[in-house]
Amino acid sequence: MFFNGVAWKDGEGLAAHLERRGVSRREFLTFCAEMTAILGLSTALTPRIAEALEKARRPSVIWLQLQECTGCVESVLRTSDPTIGDLLLDVISLDFQETLMAGAGYAVEDAKEAAMKENFGKYILLVTGSVPTKDDGIYCTIAGRTAREHLEHAAEGAAAIVAIGACAHFGSVQSARPNPTGAVGVDQIIKNKPVVNIAGCPPIADVITGTLVHFLTFGRLPDLDGDNRPLFAYGSRIHDQCPRRAKFDAGQFVEMFDDEAARKGYCLYHVGCKGPATFSPCPIFMWNGHTSFPIGAGHPCIGCTERNFWDTMSPFYTRLPDVYGVGVEKTADTLGAALAIGAVAGVAAHAAATGIHQIQSRRREAAASGGKSNG
Amino acid sequence: MAKTKVVVDPITRIEGHLRIEAQSEAGMITDAWSSSTQFRGIELVMQGRDPRDAWAFTQRICGVCTVVHAVASCRAVEDALGITIPPNANIIRNLVHGMQFVQDHVIHFYHLHALDWVDVISALSANPDDSAAIAKKISPWPNNSASYFKQVQDRIKTFAAGGQLGIFTNGYWGHPAYKLPPAVNLLAVAHYLEALDWQRDVIRLHTIFGGKNPHPNFLVGGMASAINLDNDMTINAVKLAEIKGMITRAKKFVDEVYIPDLLAIAGFYKEWASIGGGTPNYMSVGEFPQAGIKDVDKLFFPRGVILNNDLSKVLPYDHMGVTEGITSAWYTYSGGDKAVLHPYQGETKANYTGPKPPWEFLQDQKDGKYTWMKSPRYNGKPMQVGPLSRMLVAYGLGDKQVVDTVNFVLKTLGVGPAALFSTLGRTAARGIETKLLAAQMEVWFDDLVTRVKSGDTKTFDGSKWEPSSWPKKAQGYGWLDAPRGSLGHWVTIEDEKISHYQCVVPSTWNCSPRDAQGVKGPYEAALTDHHPLADPKRPLEILRTIHSFDPCMACGVHVIDVNGDLLAEVKVQ
Repeated sequence: MFFNGVAWKDGEGLAAHLERRGVSRREFLTFCAEMTAILGLSTALTPRIAEALEKARRPSVIWLQLQECTGCVESVLRTSDPTIGDLLLDVISLDFQETLMAGAGYAVEDAKEAAMKENFGKYILLVTGSVPTKDDGIYCTIAGRTAREHLEHAAEGAAAIVAIGACAHFGSVQSARPNPTGAVGVDQIIKNKPVVNIAGCPPIADVITGTLVHFLTFGRLPDLDGDNRPLFAYGSRIHDQCPRRAKFDAGQFVEMFDDEAARKGYCLYHVGCKGPATFSPCPIFMWNGHTSFPIGAGHPCIGCTERNFWDTMSPFYTRLPDVYGVGVEKTADTLGAALAIGAVAGVAAHAAATGIHQIQSRRREAAASGGKSNG
Repeated sequence: MAKTKVVVDPITRIEGHLRIEAQSEAGMITDAWSSSTQFRGIELVMQGRDPRDAWAFTQRICGVCTVVHAVASCRAVEDALGITIPPNANIIRNLVHGMQFVQDHVIHFYHLHALDWVDVISALSANPDDSAAIAKKISPWPNNSASYFKQVQDRIKTFAAGGQLGIFTNGYWGHPAYKLPPAVNLLAVAHYLEALDWQRDVIRLHTIFGGKNPHPNFLVGGMASAINLDNDMTINAVKLAEIKGMITRAKKFVDEVYIPDLLAIAGFYKEWASIGGGTPNYMSVGEFPQAGIKDVDKLFFPRGVILNNDLSKVLPYDHMGVTEGITSAWYTYSGGDKAVLHPYQGETKANYTGPKPPWEFLQDQKDGKYTWMKSPRYNGKPMQVGPLSRMLVAYGLGDKQVVDTVNFVLKTLGVGPAALFSTLGRTAARGIETKLLAAQMEVWFDDLVTRVKSGDTKTFDGSKWEPSSWPKKAQGYGWLDAPRGSLGHWVTIEDEKISHYQCVVPSTWNCSPRDAQGVKGPYEAALTDHHPLADPKRPLEILRTIHSFDPCMACGVHVIDVNGDLLAEVKVQ
């Protein structure tokens, strides 16, 4: 061995290890407290997180990138707590990841195989990108093998499978009609194991790392909603947590970008905001170190955490009841009428929003049972 | 000596899926083929959509080059519909795109390219005092003490000692082509980690103007982030101060870390200034409009075309000279395999004729097709696009800032202008333009503040927002020079919907396969231009040249079918 550093002692925990590396116990506990907050857990659990992390040797993580744009990888690079540097050096052992790996070709394919063999049944499989299913999968090949083959092979020994981003969730933009390559998400290929969907195009970095830390800390995946999205992140509608919600309730709407209402920060519902039909933590966690989120920067939400949003939530600048995906026509009309009243009466607006919520749930159930939206 | 077949798949530290096949003989590459092995068909998805939504769809072509497709798409639709965006919106787009350049180029240098030149394991044996001495000599950056470098080294030692090398597993450590002394390797590793922290801070400029990154929001007609100094939800003094802070920190890191590191590392690899030149033609459509989109003489990076490495003559660019061919790609044309088409007439039917996976080689197929990339040509010639093209066009046109900075870099490295036509030239040009742009961001920011101060807060033109105001049929061209090079979006709008959409993208130019005349694309030509390959099993040199182009494969591959037909039947050999 050409490494002359001090080896990770047998049985040495992460905290002790970090301490020798110059990270104080106090800093370590602060990190644990931040993770507790991100996961939405009681602060009473901080010591338990610390305990779990202390015991851990860095677990092996295999990250497959299939038919995608690499935006989800970029998003993870923006994670704040832990930072990407901490994640790579202290928290996990990222044994395969094409965007960052030093080697290439056979060298990295061999490294991946070796890590999967050594950690069979124990490694975490992260997947970004969709799987093209048309024409025997020839629309995405890596090292001469199809995306599907790579995924099925890596899934065999995975302790947990996390589908990161809209492509791995449901196929995203390349699966929008007419879905030229037959792109599907991970859970449409891997049926014999649970797949966690970290929804979003891309998802917020801290939600991705939070899910990882949850698994490492508690030894199980977080509780999920009907679309297998973690409840700690996708448990409430954007509309319910939106800082512009009071404007909706008061009937104060932006009618055209940069109008007087836009300059007063009014509600974006009339210019197409999909916040009332979208489950996502954007207004709570916010983006890029709590800087802002789409509605905060004056643009309507496009609903990117919802399955098939490219078809069901578009046209993006058309208000909700008129978009393709919301329920049957009759319901949409009724909803539209209710919302028109809602513009002048807060109570009715609440009722309408609840109506959207119900439609949203039905749509999700339909999607889960294999039903197609009318996009 | 026998020819050796070399395959590198996946090429790592890029965006997307790229495969290089090559032949080598006596330590030199004798032939090369670049293959893109992913296809998504996003342009086909565009048909029948609301043109105001197009930016969001095309933005997802790439999340590394986030921003660029969204802006090109907005420009195409605005061109088609005759929309002029307000000056404030133009400045905000320049700031957002400018920060994309600066952040993306720094990430490319440290996280995608540096490990081709920097041996991480060698950094373990460095003396941190030496690293500090070098750092102090080249830069006033505050993190340059011996104790700082010792801390980084200890961290990497602990990491390596654990036996879990993660992303550094099976790297080409100890390869004879690594030339840096251990102290410089340690310096670079420290900045690899520091740049990770820096990038997530400065990119928040996107979050303030566009709500998130990656994939911030844009708007046909301007920008959605309204300006009102007296409101808490809009662009106000607090947010402007944050933006100013990010621009300042971006520039400081570029001036005091990126550029000194680039020059220090390049100094040890001067032989790469005569390797990997390849295609002698360079194109820039220009970028950063400063007097409205129509005034192409006032672009911050000028527009033009250079042929045969002749810097004395910069030719004008006209998008009607752009064509794409499919001789080597898995598509069919109604006019046959040798035909070429302008993007407005672009047609593509996917027609995979490659081997059935799993397969070993692509280069020896009977029909000569080996990729999902088409062959773009300008007036029939392959073109390099990207930072080097931009800097050469500006240099050839006598742009003072560019001439001065390029000459300074050449002088520092002790090489002549011919050194620019190389692998090292591409990497150096990326740094040069980052430095110029980081400084210009401050100018644009001041412009925005001055305009707001004078009472102009307009960020959007809604006069053509309603589809009822649109002509029955309209065509538009959206051009943009992205971090990776020249980009074009061509849109046709009919009856309020998109009827045709075509993109010709930087990595399509650079990763182009051979055309009907057998002329290689830029990757292929660069890999066969005086190009060494010491050990075919450890193809470090191939990575250097390919990474000098900063490939983005998801961007490069596309499909459109004018008739709206679905993909053609696939033939598997």
